[in-house]
Amino acid sequence: MSGTFVGMPAFPPPAHPAFPKAAHEAVHNETLRGNLRHATHTIRAKRAKAVAEVSDWAALREAGKQIKDHTLRHLDRYLVQLEESVTAAGGTVHWAADADEANRIVADLVKATGESEVVKVKSMATQEIGLNEALEAEGIRAYETDLAELIVQLGKDRPSHILVPAIHRNRGEIRDIFRKEMSEWGRPAPEGLTDTPAELAEAARLHLREKFLRAKVGISGANFMIAETGTLVVVESEGNGRMCLTLPETLISVVGIEKILPTWQDLEVFLQTLPRSSTAERMNPYTSMWTGTGDGRAGEGDGPRTFHLVLLDNGRTDTLADEVGRQALRCIRCSACLNVCPVYERAGGHAYGSVYPGPIGAILSPQLRGTASEIDASLPYASSLCGACYEVCPVAIDIPEVLVHLRERVVEGGQVIREGNKVVLQPAKGHAAERAAMRAARWAFMHPGALRTGQRFASRTRRLHPRTLPGPGKAWSDSRDLPAVPAEPFRDWWQRTQGGKGGAK
Amino acid sequence: MRVALFLTCVNDTLYPDTGRAVVKLLTRLGVEVDFPMAQTCCGQAHYNTGYRHEAEPLARHFSDVFGEYEAIVTPSGSCGAMVRELYPRIGERARAEGRGDTLAATLAPVVPKTYELTEFLVDVLGVTDVGAYYPHTVTYHPTCHGLRSLGLGDRPRRLLQSVKGLELVELPGAEECCGFGGTFAMKNADVSAAMGADKVRNAESTGAEMLCAADNSCLMHIGGTMARLGTDMRPVHIAEILASTEEEPAA
Repeated sequence: MSGTFVGMPAFPPPAHPAFPKAAHEAVHNETLRGNLRHATHTIRAKRAKAVAEVSDWAALREAGKQIKDHTLRHLDRYLVQLEESVTAAGGTVHWAADADEANRIVADLVKATGESEVVKVKSMATQEIGLNEALEAEGIRAYETDLAELIVQLGKDRPSHILVPAIHRNRGEIRDIFRKEMSEWGRPAPEGLTDTPAELAEAARLHLREKFLRAKVGISGANFMIAETGTLVVVESEGNGRMCLTLPETLISVVGIEKILPTWQDLEVFLQTLPRSSTAERMNPYTSMWTGTGDGRAGEGDGPRTFHLVLLDNGRTDTLADEVGRQALRCIRCSACLNVCPVYERAGGHAYGSVYPGPIGAILSPQLRGTASEIDASLPYASSLCGACYEVCPVAIDIPEVLVHLRERVVEGGQVIREGNKVVLQPAKGHAAERAAMRAARWAFMHPGALRTGQRFASRTRRLHPRTLPGPGKAWSDSRDLPAVPAEPFRDWWQRTQGGKGGAK
Repeated sequence: MRVALFLTCVNDTLYPDTGRAVVKLLTRLGVEVDFPMAQTCCGQAHYNTGYRHEAEPLARHFSDVFGEYEAIVTPSGSCGAMVRELYPRIGERARAEGRGDTLAATLAPVVPKTYELTEFLVDVLGVTDVGAYYPHTVTYHPTCHGLRSLGLGDRPRRLLQSVKGLELVELPGAEECCGFGGTFAMKNADVSAAMGADKVRNAESTGAEMLCAADNSCLMHIGGTMARLGTDMRPVHIAEILASTEEEPAA
């Protein structure tokens, strides 16, 4: 535990091993490595091509960043405006400070309809709060309808990617899951199902169709909420979302408060950058927009009969209070940073212990949840700081900058905001040796004479150096040879030869 | 022009050959090089591991040591990026912490004068053919901070392409990180080693004799992995290639 908390954390820190330990298995799992390498390299190349087609990409990226920053700076105002717009259009707005409150609101709303099942549009916010499990505990069954989310749900698995939650599965594994599990949830998989994509998609289509036609309640998130009109926007590829958003009579949308855009026109930027960054499409196949309810304004409404919007905080206001870390709230969940990340590619999404894996997860989870748990305190280090994530981010989140900032929070502690309160974190335990080493190194580097003594000692004892290191050094020498220490450091050579004058060696 | 060599603590201690190569190369190109003996470390390892406040005195020390020179040249993309990209940020953070402008003002002068070696050659000296001779097949790995923080672009490749006798072959997945990442190599050793092994396999697939980069920290990791995997390839710093001539070929 690295923190001194006032009150309970927004939601309990997960009992999940630290990142290096969680990654250990994935790194040595050849099937998983193969699945991830293939998938990430394919989408990486496609994204690069789709982005290169746009001549004003840099300007779009900057515009996206500025729109998001402006909105976040005036979030209080835009949230109130959104509530007014949604209410005027016939919707009902609910405010949820944390996961528990959001889950309770949704469960009560579903129960009020008298229904015991719901269909779901793929949504990160509802994954974040563990809505399916909370509904299950209330006797309500939630059916995921996004193909990949369905695979995860049927497989009693966890999502490992923001956009492609079943990226860790190959076709054979998916066929096996469908054959074994579909009958438990509804229509069984067709006899003799093979692993061809068309057959797998058809099996999912048949399985889901009966659920779409039966469902009275739909649950979604949203990619964007427009403050001026009260319009919610969902972009997707499969059309399952469109079914959930249009067929049920009641629609409940759970959306993080940072998803607001001030005006309809702001969509212009993000509807260009999001599809190209995420699926490498010029335009995603389905863009659904609805404003309030179908009968909110006579003859004008285009929404469901009843519409509820649950605005979710769950650590976002705390994140907004941090002037370096707040840029993480610009995220539009495109996944470009995951697809390009060499660490994600090798560790897999599950190692991040959060529904938000990859580079963005490494900066979001420790901010939304705090750095108290083992996994959250280790996530800021789950990066070589190569910067590939920042380069592809369509809203220019400087992920390496935030990672280093959060590392500082872990090792130095200091004041943060948790649940709206000022809290002083203690430096994390488990970094004592590192802290001592850093201080010692700093001292030596401030005393060139001491540094030189150390260098000379290393040079003169070089024949005695072991090939492997004990203690923490083992982490290096287990997989890499140590560099040979030279006979003399450069500075001795420089002094001895007066800078190599006259070709001295 | 008074040019200071900022060799970096890693090169000073472990890779003096790279330092000698930079001196030889710049001297050959008519530059008078000085090595200020008080130099130590830029503070990058401290900063990137989360010890920004420990890095501050090192940044101030750097500024004291190098402030008077007209140009500061370093054979490390990563340490160059520390000065150019992160020293201004250290100043900003101190200001945000209510400690005023002093640190920012102290560090500001060295920022624009600090050049990574290939930048200095191409942008300041205006040369791409440095008169080098290196009769080997070489593949080039652009290290992350040079590539993305400093934006070195094709400068290193242009320099290598002008080297007599050198055959430059494409490295597949060149822009993917090698997995070094400073303390990352120890804290996440499994992932780091897997990235290193993939980098070495890609390098081997080119059939090159050497993998060249502009940063010895990354080469320490890549070279250590090569040795452990028993490959015949060797890592080589770009300065050592550019310093090599027909009269005095590199060892």
